[in-house]
Amino acid sequence: MRCIVIVKANRDTEAGVTPSTERLAAMGRFNEALVKAGVMLAGEGLHPSSRGVRVRFDGAQRNVIDGPFAESKELIAVFWLWQVKSMAEAIEWLKRAPFDDGAEVEIRPVFEAEDFGDKFTDALRAQEANLREQIGSRQ
Amino acid sequence: MTATDTHRSIEAIWRIESAQIIAGLARMLRDVGLAEELAQDALVTALEQWPQTGVPDNPGAWLMTTAKHRAIDRLRRRQLRERKHEEIARELESEQADAMPHFDAMLDDDIGDDLLRLIFTACHPALPAESRVALTLRLLGGLSTAEIARAFLQPEPTIAQRIVRAKRTLAEKQVPFEVPRGEELAERLDAVLGVIYLVFNEGYTATAGDDWMRPALCEEALQLGRILAGLMPRQAAVFGLLALMELQASRTHARSGPDGETIRLLEQNRARWDRLLI
Repeated sequence: MRCIVIVKANRDTEAGVTPSTERLAAMGRFNEALVKAGVMLAGEGLHPSSRGVRVRFDGAQRNVIDGPFAESKELIAVFWLWQVKSMAEAIEWLKRAPFDDGAEVEIRPVFEAEDFGDKFTDALRAQEANLREQIGSRQ
Repeated sequence: MTATDTHRSIEAIWRIESAQIIAGLARMLRDVGLAEELAQDALVTALEQWPQTGVPDNPGAWLMTTAKHRAIDRLRRRQLRERKHEEIARELESEQADAMPHFDAMLDDDIGDDLLRLIFTACHPALPAESRVALTLRLLGGLSTAEIARAFLQPEPTIAQRIVRAKRTLAEKQVPFEVPRGEELAERLDAVLGVIYLVFNEGYTATAGDDWMRPALCEEALQLGRILAGLMPRQAAVFGLLALMELQASRTHARSGPDGETIRLLEQNRARWDRLLI
């Protein structure tokens, strides 16, 4: 199974404070362990929400709202995509991550084709597989 | 935490740590079979103790320390007079004297080297292909004999025998615990990639309705491929195989589509190989 590991924003990440060299080195070591274990598929850090926008859908109207956004605890600062065998494995990996006191990091399983059951018809599955292939060959 | 939760955690910890523990012990003991046994002993101890005491803060180090204690006991009990063994025992003891190794310390380059040695030993040409597959899944994938047996539709005793025989062969032929160098490396790497692709194909050819363990082999192979790619980032062939498997895996759900798609697969396939190998 795959899961997304979500690190929420805080005052520092929203202020655009970049991590110290020590912090980056510790995270680098952790990421290296993830890669060497074949667990990490992707991972990125995000700019503060002040550099982001939201698009609101309202009837025919599309309103673009500029950041920053207030509810920093609900904002995402960093995400990973992991391949693991179970949620328990993801939890054990996350426990090894070098986060500070008070940090709270969320793990969410990713929907796989099987989760959609019959609603995900063969035609839709074929389309999805084709799209993934196109993305893959462009990387 | 309930006992079931603890068991689930231990299973997950085992999957994360087992290959590293076995690889580390194998380097010290120069015997992969014995290393695996001792690691298993440590796992059994954890299964007995952790439900009562709780999971320690650094479970990997705990398992490693416990396994090392077992190694010392074992060497002592046998009262081996050979100096080599004495030295190993002393070496282990002096390491034991240090405080519990921190997780960061366990992540040094040695771990990567040990894992590579373990992969190359499990896929050694002295072993028949089917034994290489079983041993690799067991040592690197942390799969139980029962899981391997289910995945390959074989009776469990057959797989158990295969693993026992493979370990004995490695010991008898005194296969060194090392990563081959120079010209030998390319040849031996082919053998490793061959094993990973065998695992993948076994899972890939499994049809719907089969036991879930068979398709799970695809994921197992992909993970082995990613581990190898992480350990040998300069080997293009590793990335080639990984790309091929990922591409095939991405089509798992569309394989029953019309013939036209198969042709597209061939075209895409070549494009992807080129991109990665150039």
